[in-house]
Amino acid sequence: MDLQSFFNMGGYAQYVWPAYGLTALVLLWNWWAARRSETEAQTAAQRRNELARERST
Amino acid sequence: MWTWFHKLASPPHAYRILGNLAPWFGWASLALILVASWWGLVKAPADYQQGDGFRILYVHAPSAWMSMFAYVVMAVAAGVGLVWRIKLAHAAAAAVAPIGASFTFLALATGSIWGKPMWGTWWVWDARLTSELLLLFLYLGYMALRASFDDPQRADRASAVLALVGVINVPIIHYSVDWWTTLHQPASVTKLDKPSIQIAMLIPLFIMIAGFQLYFGWAVSRRLRGEILRRERNANWLKEAS
Amino acid sequence: MTAVRTPTLAAVKLVFKRDLTLAWRRWDEVTQPLIFYVVVTTMFPLATTPDLSALSKIGGGVVWVAALLASLLALEALFRADVEDGTTEQWVLSGQPLGYLLLAKVAAHWVLTGLPLVIMSPIVGTGLGLPTSAWGVLMLSLLLGTGTLSILGGIGAALTVGVRRGSVLLSLLVLPLAMPLLIFGARAVAMQMDGDSPAGPLQLLAAIFFLALSLGPLAMSAAIRISVEN
Repeated sequence: MDLQSFFNMGGYAQYVWPAYGLTALVLLWNWWAARRSETEAQTAAQRRNELARERST
Repeated sequence: MWTWFHKLASPPHAYRILGNLAPWFGWASLALILVASWWGLVKAPADYQQGDGFRILYVHAPSAWMSMFAYVVMAVAAGVGLVWRIKLAHAAAAAVAPIGASFTFLALATGSIWGKPMWGTWWVWDARLTSELLLLFLYLGYMALRASFDDPQRADRASAVLALVGVINVPIIHYSVDWWTTLHQPASVTKLDKPSIQIAMLIPLFIMIAGFQLYFGWAVSRRLRGEILRRERNANWLKEAS
Repeated sequence: MTAVRTPTLAAVKLVFKRDLTLAWRRWDEVTQPLIFYVVVTTMFPLATTPDLSALSKIGGGVVWVAALLASLLALEALFRADVEDGTTEQWVLSGQPLGYLLLAKVAAHWVLTGLPLVIMSPIVGTGLGLPTSAWGVLMLSLLLGTGTLSILGGIGAALTVGVRRGSVLLSLLVLPLAMPLLIFGARAVAMQMDGDSPAGPLQLLAAIFFLALSLGPLAMSAAIRISVEN
């Protein structure tokens, strides 16, 4: 099995690779969006806490 | 049993447990998806009819499976939240929806790409693609309803009712679309249905599905942690935690 | 408890009558969906072909799509006035089964918008090349279909009652749920025209209708309570 024929996918390259690429893209988007949703909430919570602490002192 | 359940459903507990679980889900899913991709793209034999084109199955079928799995998870979470008034369940439903919608989109897109070499067109009103499209509409409606409320509690409960109505409807939609396509299409176009699958072809499929499941677990954990923080922002445990 | 509660059936009848009377006074709201229905079906021959035999192939489907859209049109405001003036709150407190009262409202709405659509459909269908032999099936399928759609729409209207710009959202929620109705209804008409028995899809429509009738009140009352409580 050489690389050339692997990338060629028996002539189906123009279908197989976009499908896998799109899958990678959607998985990456989910990864990014989920991470962001969590870290955003974390920084917001932290800021609230700091503000509350400043106010109490 | 019930005290254990309530403890688990308490936000600080869930927040901590999800944080501990997420990395395991994440790394395991990465490993499985990589193994399955290699197996599916390199090691599995080509289909005698569809050649290497059938390898799209390894991303199409798992995403189609996840799109339905996520909808059921969402509806069950919504039902639990509605009946027992558990906030965490509503938060979970909210976390699942965008992930499920993205898998539905992926199933549609890969199905369409697969359809091009098999049918000669990008889109065919095939039973599976049509059901998947309607499922996407259901997800979009659910998220639109949730987004249109300012009060998160109302958004939770209203969208939960919708999710339950939707989950009753999903089998009806599925059946009606199946019935509709069998009436309109001759049976010869079902090449996509069953590429005479051998065991050697199935193994990477199952690995990929397992990888997608774990990935789903990871993404839900992360999003759910975010949801918990947003909903609990005035709670005491948060102040003590940081 | 010595207070006498109105029997549920009487309460349901009262709500039904009240809504009919109210609608009678705002007649334009009843006629508008009907006009919309005729206008939409007129657009199809103009957009495609005036050839009746070609139109008859899609005629049943067109009538069905137009009927779905038209009966959704008036649904948005179904519960709004009653929620805003506190009527539904009284219903929640009255101890009457809320679901049945809401169902009575939906039924009144159906009599005012769904039923006229069903009666109008042969006339509209004629313009689309549907033969007289298909009228019966067309009307029967629409009778069952608009009934189910009114209940589904009632659930949607109850969910969106407190939402700004609810009408687009309502269609977005309800139309995907109504797709099976469209499939079975339009197919029943087509099968009748092809000389097949339309009994199968009609029975399925009836089954869906009874499912909606039994579970719909539950969903509607749950949805209304969300906007009335807190």
